[in-house]
Amino acid sequence: MSELTILVLRFGFVIGLWLFVVAVLLILRSDLFGTTVVSRGSKPDPRREQRPSADPSQAANLRTEPAAVLTQLVVTAGPLRGTNLTLGATPVLIGRAPECTLVLDDDYASNRHARVFAADGTWMVEDLGSTNGTLLSNRRIEGAVPFKPGAQVRIGRTEIELRRGPR
Amino acid sequence: MVTVVSYTARTRRTLQAILLIAAAALGVLAYALVDLGRSGALPENLLQIGIIAAVIVVVLQAVVMWRAPYADPAILPIVVLLNGIGLAVIHSYDTAMNLFTSAQIEYASRQLLWTILGAILAAAVLVLLRDHRVLRRYTWISAACGALLLLLPLAPIIGQENLGSRIWISIAGYSFQPAELAKIFFALFFAGYLVSRRDTLALAGPKVLGIHFPRWSDFGPILVAWALGIAILVFETDLGTSLLFFGLFVAMLYVATDRLSWLVIGAVMFLPPAIVAVTQVSHVRRRLTCWLDPLSPENYGPCEQIAKGLFGMASGGLIGTGLGEGRPNVVPFGHSDFIFTSLAEELGLVGAFAVLLLYLLLVQRALRAAVGISDGFGTLLAGGLGFVIALQVFVVVGGVTRVIPLTGLTLPFLASGGSSLVCNWIIAALLVRMSDAARRPAARRLGAAPAAPASGSASGPSDAPSPAREVTA
Repeated sequence: MSELTILVLRFGFVIGLWLFVVAVLLILRSDLFGTTVVSRGSKPDPRREQRPSADPSQAANLRTEPAAVLTQLVVTAGPLRGTNLTLGATPVLIGRAPECTLVLDDDYASNRHARVFAADGTWMVEDLGSTNGTLLSNRRIEGAVPFKPGAQVRIGRTEIELRRGPR
Repeated sequence: MVTVVSYTARTRRTLQAILLIAAAALGVLAYALVDLGRSGALPENLLQIGIIAAVIVVVLQAVVMWRAPYADPAILPIVVLLNGIGLAVIHSYDTAMNLFTSAQIEYASRQLLWTILGAILAAAVLVLLRDHRVLRRYTWISAACGALLLLLPLAPIIGQENLGSRIWISIAGYSFQPAELAKIFFALFFAGYLVSRRDTLALAGPKVLGIHFPRWSDFGPILVAWALGIAILVFETDLGTSLLFFGLFVAMLYVATDRLSWLVIGAVMFLPPAIVAVTQVSHVRRRLTCWLDPLSPENYGPCEQIAKGLFGMASGGLIGTGLGEGRPNVVPFGHSDFIFTSLAEELGLVGAFAVLLLYLLLVQRALRAAVGISDGFGTLLAGGLGFVIALQVFVVVGGVTRVIPLTGLTLPFLASGGSSLVCNWIIAALLVRMSDAARRPAARRLGAAPAAPASGSASGPSDAPSPAREVTA
């Protein structure tokens, strides 16, 4: 084989080596997985379609009640402002303890502060004996009271609103 | 207003196939280039090598598609490429030895046999081990196996002393370095042990200089690991193995407890034996001299190996002499301990950096699997195995380039040596298995999931993946 061919092959090898490295880097770049924070305004990402919960049968499992409308708890004030939580069949526990569904990072909240649950088709909010109390429309509640859409519940520095909307 | 979205990984099996083919092709091309450079003719066994490479690629791809469909697409191609480059450089060393000296050696063909065995074992691990969490059951058995393997070289008949280090066993003419296998067993043991003890070990004790130190009563495990390292150093006189085991334990302790103080304690505990070794043991002192000043006339004799390695890399320069054009035979052990200088001589800085980047990517993939995996045992095991590869590369490449004193360890996948190559293939298979567990979508594991826990606070990697994949915040 001629000198030139060998030289070309040699350069080809080194270039191939680097192309391999770059190819791996590019694959890794497009291969991110896990959770990411994206801005609301940005255009939809095609990868979002791959979420397991996008599977309709699974979504039905997760959100059994009510079927036609989507009820959400939205945090409107406090450290978690903007967080929203879709309500399902199971009660939602709110407090500072890690086992709560909505974990508040709020010094004025108790470990197990309040509970939001469905009873006979209406949503109820119940104070679980918290130290600083739970306020519904600026009035301190005792036990379980109905939680109407649009009403505001205040826990420590956190305000939570119940919102209903089409799915 | 921002949204937190969970993505599931794509399987990427086609890309892995393309990368595997590219890696194997580059390896075969490198092998052919060595003979073209040395003798101007293609190697006689080129077809044989090509077929072996193709079979390995097909088998690995099939096994991954069958048993680990969500595995990381980059790990196996990088391993195949490193192995191929290693074979080519060893072949270059062989041909240079046979051409320029009277020696007749064939390290490359032996390395090829070990490569085949390594790939078979890696495939077997992937087929037989469906879930890495099974390994946690064997925590204490692993400890016993690891300790036994470390002690084997001290046994009277099979133990063998080579070049001042008693780390070999020899059975029926085949020699083996049991410490390489012990490395895997100890990584398993440390992972299983630390995952159950980590809460205690992370408890804060006295605070010194702004760092929380652990309680005195929790120093037991690190003292045992330290004593083991000292025992290896004293009885087998092998600094590299001893450093590797102690370093592995300290790194995994850090991953388990997230306490920087363990790293500080590990480094401080490493100092007294190092100082004693430097002042009392002559060959360690020589290594220190060779690190600081290998090129002065009075040191050149004892430091010949390092000096010649440096000359080799210097003659390679930026783009290298070309495969098969260098003189790797000049450096003693240019096929094993000093394979990096042979590689840097023939491929130059450009090729050496590409190889170092491949290692970096491999270690990064291991750590990525460790972060993504949902059980603490898997995190520790993947992190520990990734760290072992990184530490070996750092110690070897740092040693031959005079960043740190030279210590005898093998460069994973590159250096000639069966035990190292086979064990590293097993490590690669374990990493593939764990990356598969890390990337597999949660829904498939959980089935019908309970209602969504949504937490506004930062959630750690150990938290169970939440079935409702979207939380707006």
